[in-house]
Amino acid sequence: MAPRFEYAPAPESRDIARLKPSYQIFVDGAFRDGSGESIKTINPADETPLAEVSEAGPSDVDDAVDSARRAFDGVWGRLPGRERGKYLFRIARAIQERARELAVLESLDNGKPIRESRDVDIPLAAAHFFYYAGWADKLSHAGFGAGPRPVGVAGQVIPWNFPLLMASWKLAPALACGNTVVLKPAETTPLSALVLAEILAAADLPPGVVNVLAGGPAIGAALVAHEGLDKVAFTGSTEVGRTIQRTLAGTGRRLTLELGGKAANIVFDDAPIDQAVEGIVNGIFFNQGQVCCAGSRLLVQESVADEIVTALQRRLSTLRVGDPLDKNTDVGAINSAAQLAKIRELSQSGEQEGARRWSPDCDLPDRGYWFAPTIFTDVSPANRIAREEIFGPVLSVLTFRTPAEAVEKANNTPYGLSAGVWTEKGSRILWMAQRLRAGVVWANTFNRFDPTAPFGGYKESGFGREGGRHGLEAYLDV
Amino acid sequence: MSDHEDIGRLPVRKTYKLYVGGAFPRSESGRSYPVTATDGSLLAHAAQASRKDVRDAVVAARKAVAGWSGATAYNRGQVLYRVAEMLEGRREQFASEVAAAEGIPREQAAKQVDAATDRWVYYAGWADKFAQVAGSTDPVAGPYFAFSLPEPTGVVGVLAPQESSLLGLVSVLAPVLTTGNTAVVVASETRPLPAISLAEVLATSDLPGGVVNVITGVTAELAPWLASHRDVNALDLTGAAPGERAALQRAAAENVKRVYVPRDLDWQRDPGTSRLSPFVEIKTVWHPIGI
Amino acid sequence: MLQQADLRDVTRDDTSLRRFLHGLPGVDQVGAESRAALLATRSIKTTAKAWALDIAIRMVDLTTLEGADTPGKVRALCAKARRPDPSDPSAPSVAAVCVYPDLVATAVEAVHGSPVAVASVATAFPSGRASLPTKLHDVKDAVAAGADEIDMVIDRGAFLAGRYLQVFEEIVATKEACGPAHLKVILETGELATLDNARRASWLALLAGGDFVKTSTGKVTPSATPPVALVLLEAVRDFAGATGERRGVKLAGGIRTAKQAVRFLVMVNEVAGEHWLDPSLFRFGASSLLNDLLLQRHKTHTGAYDGPDYVTVE
Repeated sequence: MAPRFEYAPAPESRDIARLKPSYQIFVDGAFRDGSGESIKTINPADETPLAEVSEAGPSDVDDAVDSARRAFDGVWGRLPGRERGKYLFRIARAIQERARELAVLESLDNGKPIRESRDVDIPLAAAHFFYYAGWADKLSHAGFGAGPRPVGVAGQVIPWNFPLLMASWKLAPALACGNTVVLKPAETTPLSALVLAEILAAADLPPGVVNVLAGGPAIGAALVAHEGLDKVAFTGSTEVGRTIQRTLAGTGRRLTLELGGKAANIVFDDAPIDQAVEGIVNGIFFNQGQVCCAGSRLLVQESVADEIVTALQRRLSTLRVGDPLDKNTDVGAINSAAQLAKIRELSQSGEQEGARRWSPDCDLPDRGYWFAPTIFTDVSPANRIAREEIFGPVLSVLTFRTPAEAVEKANNTPYGLSAGVWTEKGSRILWMAQRLRAGVVWANTFNRFDPTAPFGGYKESGFGREGGRHGLEAYLDV
Repeated sequence: MSDHEDIGRLPVRKTYKLYVGGAFPRSESGRSYPVTATDGSLLAHAAQASRKDVRDAVVAARKAVAGWSGATAYNRGQVLYRVAEMLEGRREQFASEVAAAEGIPREQAAKQVDAATDRWVYYAGWADKFAQVAGSTDPVAGPYFAFSLPEPTGVVGVLAPQESSLLGLVSVLAPVLTTGNTAVVVASETRPLPAISLAEVLATSDLPGGVVNVITGVTAELAPWLASHRDVNALDLTGAAPGERAALQRAAAENVKRVYVPRDLDWQRDPGTSRLSPFVEIKTVWHPIGI
Repeated sequence: MLQQADLRDVTRDDTSLRRFLHGLPGVDQVGAESRAALLATRSIKTTAKAWALDIAIRMVDLTTLEGADTPGKVRALCAKARRPDPSDPSAPSVAAVCVYPDLVATAVEAVHGSPVAVASVATAFPSGRASLPTKLHDVKDAVAAGADEIDMVIDRGAFLAGRYLQVFEEIVATKEACGPAHLKVILETGELATLDNARRASWLALLAGGDFVKTSTGKVTPSATPPVALVLLEAVRDFAGATGERRGVKLAGGIRTAKQAVRFLVMVNEVAGEHWLDPSLFRFGASSLLNDLLLQRHKTHTGAYDGPDYVTVE
């Protein structure tokens, strides 16, 4: 019997991230201490502090919004699209130039595997700026009438799962359309957005066009409620999204929401099984399942259920869980203690409600926030793990018998962000795609993202689209 | 009464009822309310719907979603055009009703009816074109074919304009239907009669029952039930009093409804696609390209 | 999963065999490519790399299949196979040398006393365009000359025409002609064009008793691409799952660098499993690969980059 092929550790050096001892908020083109508390942002992989972050206070929100207003009235809103576009191209290039640094920084602050931050988050962030840069001087051709006007000042609140990528999804279309922005990254992952602010400053973006405020939920709430805004964009939980929608009721301020999900990944008996297994794994373990469009409900045709579950278990046994900076890591750390507690609680409920829990043997590090890849079988549609967004590496397996039943079960959720369909029968793919109430349907693939492709939810997964021509609409006065 | 003596017959008056699920029920509450002309004279008693009528209407609208949204766009266009044909045929009736409801000269009312008919034709024509205008293929950086297309949001609650009893109503209702949604319409509170007559047109056209449901009554009483209803996907606040909008929007957040607050109430203006886009969802579908 | 009884049944006649092969799950090309690309991102360093380079050397079928081959060339190749790095006795010898049938005797003599096996291509390699008796005669010649392993080619024309049973029966007959020699079945996936065909041909070869499935002759491009390797590895994995029998995979053609070889070993490890990380179940058919493995081995052992003047040219 051959000896095991043990992969030696292949870690990226954390020096590449050029971590500074402290980070400041970015207001009116300058870095400064916020009037809020100073907090330590930690590495979720080992719970060690990474840096001090000076958080914004309410007065900083005022300053940032005022600054954004001045920048909108004074410079950015009047700048020809051609010039705006060149700024965005500059920013795209600067992200590419500092890609490796940003990738390591992102993995340190978020806990995601370096392979993902390096191959997905950072390249896509640059691609978004590159894509929308080209729109800036072509907005008359976007289908929203001749010479569409920007909305004004946008407040944008983004989550911790894809910190830099979400910042780019928000900033790029807003800036391309001529809006100015106050951006609030998530409290547990502020670093890459603050480094992006450095990039914006180095690109000579006029002061106030983008302001970045570190802070927690209170600052987020203060920002979205600010009367100086014309537009709010939020990505995060449905619960918070609902609150924001209520906050903005009657204000006339515009709102787009990209919220939670409980996507069905539907596998038919004629699926390309090996690729389906990969798609299922990617669908739920990409970014530790901390993805709003994660394929967290596997709906598998009963006739192939055992075969698929066996293959999944075999495949999960090859997943490498551990140091996010190791280039061979597939599954990294959970972002925070709070998120880990939520994942644990929901997983326990799954067991209590009678579902069968399985995880591969894997040694989890002693320190840090870790959760082994987990599959639940014998899940009933009424179980909490089949209905609530877990936002973690936990897959619930359910079965169906007919295409109609698959659609019915897939749609049986208040969410509607994404769905997956695996079958080699073309007409069935289109039949399913037509009936699935979800903003993105991946057929024979999963978790694909591109700046040209609109992304966003049906139902309680939110409204508005990010990406593509459609992504412009939220930032144009149409 | 002299007409009576001359013609020798008594005109048959119409009972204005609700239109729910293709039928014309009275309000389950048994209530009705007087509808008067602008000069204060009584025109008729209209059904005063209750929250349960709203509930029934939403059930009917939900039931109709699969059929209407699943119809071909060409078919929807045909059905909607048929409605326009029937509006044209009832031009005189609607002109009388609009004149009475809005207190405007008959000639002016007839122009409103013509504009309403033309608007219906306009939207009928959009049915099989909007997806081409609002959709796209997405040139993604990889071996995938990705396309995005608009799909109906589902059940739309429509608070019809209070002033413009027919043209306004048609202008808010037709675009919702064009893209494949079904509707629960709360008619103008004080001018509901043309809406019920429109419902009669719809009932005798090829529009499947439940696609449009028209309820009459007190907007401020009915709208909150529609706004908070978790099986309603979107809400058009056109007919809501400005002071009530914030509360309705708050209620609508319960299930993250799409809420449309109109910025333009000039029904004469070319609406473009401004009322088509708010009630669709963009769906993006990806598939690999390989051998 | 498939049962052994099912498998005996499926080769009963053309219809059953066709039904079975067409009933195998499809392979989505894009998905297979992205899986292969994902595996290629594995970073194999230091001890893992040293281990991988050594086992890769042990998996090489050092090959010469030229019209211009001579006994002298074959003897040189055999010397290299026995002792790839004359300056470093710790460098392992390769698995086998692979030659045309008429040079088998020369090779057998040259590797005598070493663990290096002699493999011979046969069955009208590389096109396979000859009558069955001719092909079998070719095989018997090579075996009689002392070949330990036979690399046959399948009739791609018959396969593409849907005459699966014919292909099956040819493999069965060849296996019989091999006697004790191991049989590797070359699918020539480059001519089969699709990954679906690669999967079907793999199963066909395994059902017919091939000890190895092998991607290519090396004479057709594309040859051993990562997605093709993936599909073949999945086939032997699934065949073992169905029957309990482990069969081998040989990749041939276009593998020239140690980096490629190590990536394939990662794929073997993660797709088929660690059992296959053994020369009895996995081979590289290559010529220039060996020298790059040696160069990289030297770098790993000494820390300094090596140059082509320090490895031998045969």
